[in-house]
Amino acid sequence: MSASLEKGVRVLKEVIDAPIASYFNSCVHCGLCAEACLFYTETGDPKYTPIHKLEPMRRLYEQEFTLLGRLKKMVGLSRPVTDAELGEWQELVYNSCTLCGRCSVVCPVGNDIVYMVRKFREGMSASGHAPEGIKGAVNRTVSIGSPMGVKLPAVQAQMRHVEADYGLPIPLDAEGAEYMVMLSSMEIINFPEYLGAIAKIMNQAGKTWTLCSTAFEATNAGMQIGNSDLARVIVSRIVEGAERLKVKTVISPECGHAYTALRWEGANLIGRPFTFQVKHIIEVLGEFQEQGLLKTEGFETDRLTFHDPCQLARRGGVIEPQRKLMKMVAKDFVEMPDAGFMNWCCGGGGGASAIEEGEELRLEAFKMKKSQLDAVKPDRLVTACANCRIVLEEGLEHYQMDIPVVGLTELIAEHVAEHISEKGA
Amino acid sequence: MQGSLIETLARQGVTRRTFMKYCATLASMMALPPSAGRAMAEAMASAPAASKRPSVIWLPFQECTGCTESITRSHSPTLEGLIFDVISLDYQETLMAAAGHQAEEALHAAMKANEGKYLLIVDGSIPLGLDGAYSCIAGKSNLESLKEVAKGAAAIVAMGSCAAFGGLPKANPNPTGAVSVADVIKDKPIVNIPGCPPIPTVMTGVLAHFLTFGSLPELDKLGRPKAFYGETIHDRCYRRPFYDQGKFAKTFDDEGARKGWCLFELGCKGPVTYNACATVKWNGGTSWPVESGHGCLGCSEPDFWDGGGFYKALSMPANPLKMAAKAAAVGAVAGVAVSFFNRGKKSAAKSAHETTTLADLEK
Amino acid sequence: MNEIQLLTWVRGSGLDIAVSIFLMGVIWRLFEIYSLGRKKDLSASRCVAGASGWHTIFRRSLPPQGMVKKSPVSYIGGYTFHIGLAIVVFLFAPHILLIRNLTGLSWPGLPSQFVDLAAVVTMAAMVVVLADRINKPVKRYLSTFGDWFTWTVTFLPVLTGWLAVRHLLLPYTTMLAVHILCVEVLLVVLPFTKLFHAFTLFGSRWFNGQVNGHKGVAV
Repeated sequence: MSASLEKGVRVLKEVIDAPIASYFNSCVHCGLCAEACLFYTETGDPKYTPIHKLEPMRRLYEQEFTLLGRLKKMVGLSRPVTDAELGEWQELVYNSCTLCGRCSVVCPVGNDIVYMVRKFREGMSASGHAPEGIKGAVNRTVSIGSPMGVKLPAVQAQMRHVEADYGLPIPLDAEGAEYMVMLSSMEIINFPEYLGAIAKIMNQAGKTWTLCSTAFEATNAGMQIGNSDLARVIVSRIVEGAERLKVKTVISPECGHAYTALRWEGANLIGRPFTFQVKHIIEVLGEFQEQGLLKTEGFETDRLTFHDPCQLARRGGVIEPQRKLMKMVAKDFVEMPDAGFMNWCCGGGGGASAIEEGEELRLEAFKMKKSQLDAVKPDRLVTACANCRIVLEEGLEHYQMDIPVVGLTELIAEHVAEHISEKGA
Repeated sequence: MQGSLIETLARQGVTRRTFMKYCATLASMMALPPSAGRAMAEAMASAPAASKRPSVIWLPFQECTGCTESITRSHSPTLEGLIFDVISLDYQETLMAAAGHQAEEALHAAMKANEGKYLLIVDGSIPLGLDGAYSCIAGKSNLESLKEVAKGAAAIVAMGSCAAFGGLPKANPNPTGAVSVADVIKDKPIVNIPGCPPIPTVMTGVLAHFLTFGSLPELDKLGRPKAFYGETIHDRCYRRPFYDQGKFAKTFDDEGARKGWCLFELGCKGPVTYNACATVKWNGGTSWPVESGHGCLGCSEPDFWDGGGFYKALSMPANPLKMAAKAAAVGAVAGVAVSFFNRGKKSAAKSAHETTTLADLEK
Repeated sequence: MNEIQLLTWVRGSGLDIAVSIFLMGVIWRLFEIYSLGRKKDLSASRCVAGASGWHTIFRRSLPPQGMVKKSPVSYIGGYTFHIGLAIVVFLFAPHILLIRNLTGLSWPGLPSQFVDLAAVVTMAAMVVVLADRINKPVKRYLSTFGDWFTWTVTFLPVLTGWLAVRHLLLPYTTMLAVHILCVEVLLVVLPFTKLFHAFTLFGSRWFNGQVNGHKGVAV
């Protein structure tokens, strides 16, 4: 019970670095980042302009790290940052920012705005201004093991179900396996087909794999809330598990921010490079496809489109593999406007989907996705992130759009050639 | 038209037609209506007997006699020289035959006889340093003389840049404390005819105007006749098209110089100099500085001597990087100091870091 | 103080002071900003980041897909006035001469009629951009005193320079002096306002490009 403004300010002083200083000094208030943010485009409210979401941090930077800013503060030309102000900013820093990173790629002076929002959240969480919803998720992840409160027995129950359904073994704690497969709670509870899909695909490819009893949950609410200390606790479990089982590669599930937390933040959180590789399941499937280890038969004939999860594509650098995989199993694959690198967020990333009071805004922002979908009128929507999937389903239901959402891995698994899989087994 | 001037002119082979043409040209140059040319001609041609001609007193102060040289020598026997025939030049040290006490007597006699009506021409600046001891005539400082003679004058003509603006004697550091006529005399109409030296035609034009209309021509805010000082050298320069095309002579003997390109880069002050050289020209219309291949020095502008160098282009700063190295060093020192301070602040924050636990998310 | 004295001062001591403050400010500010440093990225890069920072420095000069349509005034107006400024500042013969005298570097200029046109277009674009800042809710919302101030100090040198060349409003000498004075004000405030983006924009783009290049994303 020790969150305070002082603590927040101190943490911000720690995280403000040369890039942030450069970014704040470069901003010319052109407002183009607003045009890239779906919370602005769909509401028209200028307070959702991405760079404005950082205003308290900008002032703090100026007052703490520039000579003129210090003078301005001394003579009263620059207001000090107050606790109430940070409280006011909670909505802007969490509810209306999904860390989608579109603002960072349009800024004409090159400011990486999402990089700054991520750092600002460090100060916001340390000063006690994180939203209740994400705090709850962090609590459950750290104390129980997963944001949805899923424990190992529940996973084991699902494993047994899948083994029965697919007739394939689901290895647990198999030392020396090539791949360690991570799950997200969402998949354990809502989309168990994912586990079956992995089993089928790995079987066909002839690869060894395993789940880990001490680290099955990939999601990292600590990163979403923006607290490196807690994010480290969560990511350390995975590192320990992977090193204990001596796996070559840890596979991040169909979950965007889990991938970012593990692939890009993980090593920095624990303070040393990983001894294993981290790949998103889509990257692994793409590799199998390229190496001829993934063989499918038959095609989906209905009209399909693909929603790129921000953390996978724009923030993660995986853009082409999912398209090649889609074409492998879909006859009628259409691209939405802005698809790929510039795709619009589902509206629930970066922890936003866990914020109950942000739901109205989220649904408002979903109008962007609606218009993207309306442009191509697909029969089904494919994606590669369980969180996107949930948010998309909520939005589609709200706007009464009858478009089922499926995960790409399951879609691929449905087409995995049976006879080859038998041969492999 | 009867009178001594026209007769004198005729004796020297100048026809009435030539004289009329001259007056018309003078009038048009001064932007006066065509009828003014005729009025001038009549006023001057019918100048009465010598005793009734308007008296002109010419006082020389800190000067080089260049202005007098310019006016007298350059046109003899042109019409400009003859203009003196319509005035009674009662005191001009260089030209008058008298000297010493005789000259002083002539001066005082003229002042007394024409009190309130004579025209005072001054060339040279007035030194104020050492109580004016830098320049004295007949035991009086220039300051005293000027005040004394100006008192009874109808108007004053400050001839040349020294009288008009202080000129060369006033150049930094101005050892004699030189000032212009207008700095001393505040209660008389003064017309400035700056230039080092001024164009003779300008001088005659102003005199003709005074004789014809009994008043001074229209002046700009520096007291110069607008008719002659209304436009810059640059605007009327025949080399202006080269400036607009970006063709500049880079040295005095390069291809551009031979082709007559713009002299801006060689320091021409034409763009900031208001004078009539480019249109009236010198030596009876023979040539003028830029035509002879040298940039304008800006000699008719105040403080032209201290304008940063005759051969430095106008766009070039006088001494641009004098303090730059020092400033850069100061910036670097300040920057490094701030850097150390900032890094200290950051590491202090880091070492004060308390690892956040779940409970620490709450207030 | 008469015109020539003013001109002499602005070309002499005035410019010395302005250039000194400018240089001092730029160096101080660059230290202040970039000395904050950053942590080394320990995550394995997707591909060697290599020159991705440099690529972004250039790539960000082009509008991202679909953005011109979203904010045409920002892009067209912005391009016009930045390019116009570059033409007027760097391709006007007297300016080149100034730079040659300062640095020894020289290049051919453009005909003065063309530069005149560029100045007019630049000013028009700047007025449009200002109107856009007043009209657009987002821009108005973001605008502070600094935005109006920096617009003014950027606009005045162009305006006074153009008026001086065209001999409008004030005598040429006075206008030239005022023009140089305005440039000096611009030099003095540049390191301490958002105009400093002229320097930091390269660093910002580089950081952004480098961080994302590490992830294999060309931003």
